[in-house]
Amino acid sequence: MATPTLDKMEAAAAASPFITVTFRIRRFNPEISDESTWQDFQVEIDPKERVLDGLHKIKWDLDGTLTFRRSCAHGICGSDAMRINGKNRLACKTLIKDINPEKPITVEAIKGLTVMKDLVVDMEPFFQAYRDVMPFLVTKGNEPTRERLQSAEDRERFDDTTKCILCAACTSSCPVFWNDGQYFGPAAIVNAHRFIFDSRDEAGEQRLEILNDKDGVWRCRTTFNCTDACPRGIEVTKAIQEVKRALITRRF
Amino acid sequence: MSSDTSSARAIGDVEGVSLYDVENPAPYIEAPRKRTGKTPRSTRGNFEMAAWLFMRLSGIVLVVLVIGHLVIQLVLDGGVSKIGFAFVAGRWASPFWQVWDLLMLWLAMLHGANGLRTVINDYAERANTRLWLKGLLYTATVFTILLGTLVIFTFDPNIR
Repeated sequence: MATPTLDKMEAAAAASPFITVTFRIRRFNPEISDESTWQDFQVEIDPKERVLDGLHKIKWDLDGTLTFRRSCAHGICGSDAMRINGKNRLACKTLIKDINPEKPITVEAIKGLTVMKDLVVDMEPFFQAYRDVMPFLVTKGNEPTRERLQSAEDRERFDDTTKCILCAACTSSCPVFWNDGQYFGPAAIVNAHRFIFDSRDEAGEQRLEILNDKDGVWRCRTTFNCTDACPRGIEVTKAIQEVKRALITRRF
Repeated sequence: MSSDTSSARAIGDVEGVSLYDVENPAPYIEAPRKRTGKTPRSTRGNFEMAAWLFMRLSGIVLVVLVIGHLVIQLVLDGGVSKIGFAFVAGRWASPFWQVWDLLMLWLAMLHGANGLRTVINDYAERANTRLWLKGLLYTATVFTILLGTLVIFTFDPNIR
């Protein structure tokens, strides 16, 4: 079935799966310099491995001072969002072979947040915006003795936005957020959307009021950077639009 | 293997003296306006929503008004060469064209001004820069709208 070329390639791959990949990493260490620099590392790596594996190889074998966040390493915790080849991605979900290992792979910290060291940024403004939209269930009256039941359709309404892992890939890809850290950012709006459209929640009005403010949803310019960046495939811009529509239909 | 370009670091390696060390780290480059717990919650009511809606609605109306305007002025009946004092005077004799031009003036000016306000909000970092740019913008907008309205209402075809 396979063409001769493929056979040859497979044979070569079977002989040695490793290729040499250049990682070009933007380093910043305030204890050495106030400027960030690009540093190249050559790593022997299987192209089927992930960028995070490459960073591990560098940290464990080449330069122990390389600093980055990662916890679960399997795309759930949202710690290792970084700008890889100019695009926000999770290092643990990006395969080397998918981002052209022929050229140097650039890795830098996500934009719009203060860099603490190498790839680690200060996430506090991001989580502040998250806290500001009250990301928890608010209800009135007595607590039921059983679960708060919900129909499958009602659950489906906000299913997309429950997938958020708070990695900040969307917020730090948003040009409005880059210039102006006051904007709530896509992630906070996605998490507000998750409760606004939850039939069990009773503080939707309050959350909409918060997002109606001058740094709320109206600053969205629908550039779709957030939807492109989301490693979970959440339709972020659509969620923001739904919040806008809810705000307008509520008033008129 | 490494391709450092930082001069500070190079000097540090060669001379053994660095500007920054563990005790005295370089200051972080903070975002110009960072969101914190103390970020003022200034609620300006529904102004931002009204502005957003106005952009959409005035945009739709302006498409009709401006394309109609351009077709009449530049394409139909001899094109641009026919435009003169008499042509304008003839058109403004009818209240329909007066309303058309007035509407176009107001909508286009407010639409453009609101767009520029958005751009200033997005791009001007310092509070002072914003203040001055917006002051200039609002002054120019009000002046143009008032002058245009005055001309449409007080236009005298017999002026000489």
